[in-house]
Amino acid sequence: MSLDEFRAEVRDWLEVNCPASMRTPMASFDEACWGGRHFEFASDDQRLWLERAGEKGYTVPTWPKEYGGGGLSKDEAKILAEEMKRINARPPLVSFGIWMLGPALLKFGSHEQKLEHIPKIARGDIRWCQGYSEPGAGSDLASLRTKAEDKGDHWLVNGQKVWTSYADKSDWIFCLVRTEPDAPKHEGISFLLFDMESAGVSTKPIKLISGYSPFCETFFDDVTVPKGQLVGERGKGWTIAKYLLTHERKMIGDIGAPTPLSQLAREKLGTEGGQLEDAMLRSEIARHEIDAAAFMFTVQRATDEAKAGASLGAFSSALKYVGTELNKDRHEKLLKIHGSEAFEWEGQFSRDGAVAKDWLRTKANSIEGGTSEVQLNIISKRILELPDR
Amino acid sequence: MSLTLNEELQLLKESADGFFAEKSPVSDLRDLRDREDEVGYRADLWQDMAEMGFVGILLPEEAGGADFGYVGAGLVAEAMGRQLTASPFLAHSVVAASLLKALGDEDRLGALAAGDELYTVAIDEGPRFDLAGTKMTATQAGGGYTLSGLKTFVPDGHVADHILVVARTSGTAGETDGLSVFQVDKGAKGLIADRTIMADSRNWAKLSFNATPATLVGTLDGAYSAVERATDLANTVIAAELLGIAEECLTRTTDYLKERQQFGVTIGTFQALQHRASHLFCEIALTRSAVLKALQTADEGGPVGWFAALAKARAIKSAELATNEAIQMHGGIGMTDEYDIGFYIKRARPLAHLYGDYNVQADRFAALSGY
Repeated sequence: MSLDEFRAEVRDWLEVNCPASMRTPMASFDEACWGGRHFEFASDDQRLWLERAGEKGYTVPTWPKEYGGGGLSKDEAKILAEEMKRINARPPLVSFGIWMLGPALLKFGSHEQKLEHIPKIARGDIRWCQGYSEPGAGSDLASLRTKAEDKGDHWLVNGQKVWTSYADKSDWIFCLVRTEPDAPKHEGISFLLFDMESAGVSTKPIKLISGYSPFCETFFDDVTVPKGQLVGERGKGWTIAKYLLTHERKMIGDIGAPTPLSQLAREKLGTEGGQLEDAMLRSEIARHEIDAAAFMFTVQRATDEAKAGASLGAFSSALKYVGTELNKDRHEKLLKIHGSEAFEWEGQFSRDGAVAKDWLRTKANSIEGGTSEVQLNIISKRILELPDR
Repeated sequence: MSLTLNEELQLLKESADGFFAEKSPVSDLRDLRDREDEVGYRADLWQDMAEMGFVGILLPEEAGGADFGYVGAGLVAEAMGRQLTASPFLAHSVVAASLLKALGDEDRLGALAAGDELYTVAIDEGPRFDLAGTKMTATQAGGGYTLSGLKTFVPDGHVADHILVVARTSGTAGETDGLSVFQVDKGAKGLIADRTIMADSRNWAKLSFNATPATLVGTLDGAYSAVERATDLANTVIAAELLGIAEECLTRTTDYLKERQQFGVTIGTFQALQHRASHLFCEIALTRSAVLKALQTADEGGPVGWFAALAKARAIKSAELATNEAIQMHGGIGMTDEYDIGFYIKRARPLAHLYGDYNVQADRFAALSGY
């Protein structure tokens, strides 16, 4: 089938299968379909859209067909994305399974593990969370202490994770555990998958300065995990963790092009002779928008270079660093645009303090997924090749 | 369009980088300065550049040019930025070529591509770029025109054989209507060209005209948009030269961090310095994308103002940071004339100022974005 024929087919399929109410923009990822055993669909259309797209593999267009993916080439996937964008179709499913675990499993998992888990990610049956950070292991992630003891026919897991995104809403966890207590810290870590309904797993949401609670503390108290649920080689989990973090960094850095600040400022403050009246604010916005546009072109350049065969490598750290710092700056500018109204915390007028809460939420951007300082360390070491000692 | 270089351009980049590294290292600029060379550039290098196709890089093959477009010109400028090559390339091959093309003039393209006679463009009349504010007037005299007044900050103005001068033929300062472009030749009556020695040890001049005979180029009164387009296009190439300066400062600085010892260790092990270098790397990476995008847009032939303002603003910001950080991280030795790093900061600032500094670009970016 030629690409043109494929486009025509996709267009027809979307026309028939994407419900009208799923062709409207989402205000945030909170409105997205996250899937999982306990997901409460916002509408029948949302459920239908997930089922139909999942059946076709269009939730994960480029993953292999044998594991429930769409089996599309990069060019075909690009056409699917373009056609979905053309009709404003929402993504049928968003999840850490798609963004993070899936790519790692496809690269490091056994055939059995892929058969078991990938189709459920593609259909949105199982919602995954990531067990990485611990109270004593943040930026220094490799010092993690949650342990999995070899009990012959199973692993026995004990310990605590923190900053586990949506742990309270997730069905399974992919988790870094220490299996070789005597090995050097990077070499004693393994990558383990288990069900959050296992006996001994409990979660506690953490309330943030923004009022949101997207993160949890997660506790493991004598959790039994079957032997076959360790991914890759025992003691080699750090390699998988790094691979996966690269994906996460790219995702966090690549937030996409948000509504221009200038547009919001024009709507809120009005213009005089075609210019924002507040000259100082206009100048601040211009400075920000120049950097934001250059960042957008940089994401595009990195994508184009990757398509041409270059490896993104440590450059994902640069994208993560710049993207998150810019997003924080953007929200500081939004406060200036909204004035005192930015700080309203409750009530209909402010949509329960959306501006203030979103602003505070961005402060985590440069902490989660590796702090800005950790990204600068990585750039220094791997790109600039500055010495360790 | 893919934001990458195709194979042909990749080859051009490699050949330009190699050419300037070999033929015009920074020591050449130092030598020109120390000898108080009156020409201010090396004629043999200019000849070699013509043979390489760099002189006519923007011009069509029919006119004898290499037709590599703005992306190609940007790659040459970036390589020259790394080596701080003193050359009429910017004035002649970029600004004059862009202006003559924008004016629809085809008679001079062959001479431009050959490069035997140098062209430059004279716009500024005061310390800030302000095209609409042009005051110099052209007076009709007999069958032609004469110019009287002062032009400043003219690149290669004292060595150019032909000067394309922006002057007012109607209206008053502040209006975009009423500007025209004239050619004045070297040695013309009443023309005094004074070389201005500036921080970058490169070629700039103040030109004074006193009833100087001049030939109209293009149409009368309507040159504003052509000159604006030419300076926009020139700004995309200036941005590329600034990018080369910033890149070279980062390279020289990280090399120094890997070799300099203090407190018994290599100073590159200090996180305070690592983070500054890494931040600079990211800033330059953003600029590289904006510059390539602007150069590609220039080659597409459509409106380029927004992209040129974006690229120039970014390049100025990065070059300012890179040159400042380079001196700071080199420490005391970075302040010495004997060490080359100081040449970079002294070139970056005047170059940034040509055709509008950061604030001029940011204002234009905002205006073209509709706010």
